[in-house]
Amino acid sequence: MAVRTLRASRAGILVTVLAVLAGAAGELLATQPLPVDELGPGVFVHQGRHQPWAATDADDVANLGFVVGSDCVAVIDTGGSPATGAALLASIRAATPRPVCYVINTHVHPDHILGNPAFAALEPRPRFVAHARLPASLAARAPFYLHALGRDTGATAGAPAFPAYEILVDDSLTLELGDVRLHLRAWQTAHTDNDLSVHVPERGVVFLGDLLFSTHLPVIDGRLLGWLAVMDALSGPNGGLAGHLVVPGHGHPTSEWAHAFARQHEYLALVRDRTRQAIAEGRGIAETVEALAGTGIKGWLLADDFHRRNLTAAFAELEWED
Amino acid sequence: MNTLRSLLLWCTLLLGLPGTGLAQQAAADDAEANATWQQVRKAMFQGRDITSPAPDVISIEAPDRAQDAAIVPLSIRTHIDQRAERYIEKLYLVIDNNPSPVGAVFHFTPASGRADIETRVRIEAYTHVRAIAQMNDGELFMTTRFVKASGGCSAPPGKDITAALANLGKMRFRVEAAADGKVEAGKPALAQLMISHPNNSGLAMDQLTRLYTPAYFVRHIQVSYAGEPVLRAEVDFSISENPNFRFYFLPHGEGELKAEVIDTNDLRFESALKISPR
Repeated sequence: MAVRTLRASRAGILVTVLAVLAGAAGELLATQPLPVDELGPGVFVHQGRHQPWAATDADDVANLGFVVGSDCVAVIDTGGSPATGAALLASIRAATPRPVCYVINTHVHPDHILGNPAFAALEPRPRFVAHARLPASLAARAPFYLHALGRDTGATAGAPAFPAYEILVDDSLTLELGDVRLHLRAWQTAHTDNDLSVHVPERGVVFLGDLLFSTHLPVIDGRLLGWLAVMDALSGPNGGLAGHLVVPGHGHPTSEWAHAFARQHEYLALVRDRTRQAIAEGRGIAETVEALAGTGIKGWLLADDFHRRNLTAAFAELEWED
Repeated sequence: MNTLRSLLLWCTLLLGLPGTGLAQQAAADDAEANATWQQVRKAMFQGRDITSPAPDVISIEAPDRAQDAAIVPLSIRTHIDQRAERYIEKLYLVIDNNPSPVGAVFHFTPASGRADIETRVRIEAYTHVRAIAQMNDGELFMTTRFVKASGGCSAPPGKDITAALANLGKMRFRVEAAADGKVEAGKPALAQLMISHPNNSGLAMDQLTRLYTPAYFVRHIQVSYAGEPVLRAEVDFSISENPNFRFYFLPHGEGELKAEVIDTNDLRFESALKISPR
């Protein structure tokens, strides 16, 4: 009897949800554009909210951008759901009638790539661009992301959630949008094993994806030591950032990027040093995470969501050091 | 039209979530009722009684939430001495809602000193994690913890696929010793074995080719001390990338502590330490 009641009420929920979603679908046809800032001529950024990504109610959490050239438009990250991607597309349509020729993903995380389907549906279809190691990482992670989205609960497999990439970057590559060039650079394992930065020299802007976090606690999902090395390379004399406006993956775009770099470096270096010390003292991983749970997080948002995770990842990496 | 279609598909996906949530809630309330556990229990223990909880025999430490889905530290602690007349012979690690729920079976002997194990596992979803101890007389004791899945963009596969393969088979093997580098005879000593290995699940599908990467993981571990077995384990891809185990052995005079590891491609990795206890 209890089961029957539960079924009846779930059916009721489903009907309600369907009605709400039908409403949402209707809305999509007249999708509201995402608010964007024009950082320079033809360079637009939408700032995501500071929340951990979730499929249902936190799909707009990463910074997304697009660059309008004299020939066409390049999109840099598409958002945490197809709906966010569609809203970004509406922002592009409001800014320019030129076609979208490239969709660039700065790395594999769902808050940056799940908006891709909105662009795969365009005619002509833009070319999708990523770090050469992104497809393998996506293959390994996609089932988990899809699980997070509830796909394995009955929806059709093969939905166009992850469009194929036509252009893979294993070192560096320049794309042209007419009068604007984009210099793409594929990095060694840092925030993830597939971070790609996008430098727009004609407009003085660099999109760093999640190689740089501001306000939102940095998240280690690649290699801590690699990330620190990449930060040194980027902030050094040959990093190409001098005099540029820098767009982090999360947080405010800034020309005072040296400050943002210093903050992130301070946090990551502290995690590195304290974890190394705990390993040298023979402490275990759980004990170390617990002991350092309050260390270094002052002034950062989302530390409750990501700091222990960073310590866990750092420990598993650093215990292999010689 | 395409956009609308993909939105509708997506909505269909999201419909599953409320139901899943209810199921997870129910599972958290009643550990015994979990359908996967019921199957595992029937397959592995038939109708045998299992005492649960059994805090005098076994307990498990795990975080309430998997902070990093790829690396969830677990400590299985046992609270009885490994004596020849009565000892823990096997420890089963079961993660109900992982694709392969039986993550490891550890075998101990009186020479293990203690049947404790620390390792790290992948957690795919909200799940009960269980450790079941089987005594040498067949008696069974169980401890259970509920672990919430990670949030955000954390995922069970490894973080650097290229590096994992490049370092394949590298090992770290050490024993926790006193300042003079010695362990004490007759007192269980803690050892740590680390193996660099991708420990792939084989559940990753290439989105373009629709082909699965073959499963490739460490499946067998054997540790002996002075020629006597102290730990044997059959493990699978629920164990994190770069499998890591902490366990005990009972030192008693000069001897070699030797670890052998075999993976699913039948590659064999070995490492050994000279032990001369005080």
